[in-house]
Amino acid sequence: MIRNFLAHRSPQVASLERRLFLRRGLSLGALALLSGCNVTDQESVQRVLWAMSRWNDRVQDWLFDPKRLAPEFPESRITKPFPFNGFYAEDEVIEVDGGRYRLEVGGLVKEKKPWTLAELYALPQVSQVTRLICVEGWSAIGKWSGVRFSDFLQRIGADLTAKYVGFKCADKYHGSIDMATALHPQTQLTFRFADALLPAKYGFPMRLRAPTKLGFKNPKFIAAIHVTNQYPGGYWEDQGYNWHSGS
Amino acid sequence: MTQAGWVEIHPLVVRITHWVNVLAVFLMLTSGWQIYNAAPLFAFVFPPRLTLGGWLAGALLWHFAAMWLFALNGLVYVVYGVVSGHFRRKLLPLSPRAALRDVRAALRGRLAHDDLSVYNAAQRAAYVALILALALLVASGLAIWKPVQLYWLAFLMGDYEGARYVHFFAMAAVVLVVLVHVAMAVLVPRTLPAMLTGRARRVS
Repeated sequence: MIRNFLAHRSPQVASLERRLFLRRGLSLGALALLSGCNVTDQESVQRVLWAMSRWNDRVQDWLFDPKRLAPEFPESRITKPFPFNGFYAEDEVIEVDGGRYRLEVGGLVKEKKPWTLAELYALPQVSQVTRLICVEGWSAIGKWSGVRFSDFLQRIGADLTAKYVGFKCADKYHGSIDMATALHPQTQLTFRFADALLPAKYGFPMRLRAPTKLGFKNPKFIAAIHVTNQYPGGYWEDQGYNWHSGS
Repeated sequence: MTQAGWVEIHPLVVRITHWVNVLAVFLMLTSGWQIYNAAPLFAFVFPPRLTLGGWLAGALLWHFAAMWLFALNGLVYVVYGVVSGHFRRKLLPLSPRAALRDVRAALRGRLAHDDLSVYNAAQRAAYVALILALALLVASGLAIWKPVQLYWLAFLMGDYEGARYVHFFAMAAVVLVVLVHVAMAVLVPRTLPAMLTGRARRVS
């Protein structure tokens, strides 16, 4: 019956049907646009987006070549002034007392004694001129000097087969990176910026510098380092930034 | 089955990938504008009402989820277009002279558009430009996402900062072609049901 009707409908009726269909289709689209904010805030949508972010972690882990070096630049390319960025304003930057500073190490490591700054400065130092890329999109080239992080992890007898290295910071920031990045030759525990002692605004006395990661994966004011197989998350990562965020 | 007097002009694969692409490009543009606003390249930002995600992290979640929909759908379309001969039949031959001639004719309102199954030279140029701009968006997007691992791609785009500008201008080109495309579809409304059903009235 229906097929019969469809076969015999006039072009005018068919045209009318199409117009009605289109008008309904368009108003449905308009409705979806108007209520767009509500649709995207729905928990199920957020769950899918976060699951895609975990999938992107795995893809980036697979893409990461532990031997591929980030480009290094001549000192003439250094960005001046180098921007300040943080989860608070520049006038709220904390001052850490270098004399009383002790770096704590914990988790899956053999040697758990705290480190003084003098002991850290006595370790072999390296320098790099690399581009720091912020998750916001901007980038800046700077010179950082300090200890190769893989050297330090070996020195404290860290379990190099563990999955994560977590950082707790004196400014209440916290974060974590994958072990492959921690062992990358350019990943550095940084004590100096532009050939001078690391200024407070860039994380005195010690920050992480990993040129294969976005800026927020380079924590400042590091107070404690722990090696673990339990996913440590991070200040920004817990709010939605992609955890791997590798370059 | 095609009714008498009707001819199939848009294959099913093209129709499906077209509408999936509409959704994917919509998500990529609106989330991308929010990401742009976090560190604008120029002295303007996109109106927050037109953006998706609420804030930078939300927009990044959308952008890096929808990129899979956009890229995989685009891959299906391009592979189909090459293998089936769809691109060769519909988009070629293409000459700049013919494209300019048809654009001028269209601006004077003298471009005949009776047979929807054949693209005029202005359409061919616009669709080829759109496909190339979308491919450039993928390439520059990958260079921004992975400037170290895909260093050769970043190098081709003028390093990380160069890739940001390429990404922006490719986006602007896509928006321009889409605006013209939608305007033309409104002026020749028969094209819209044709992209849904695949069929158009045969031209005798």
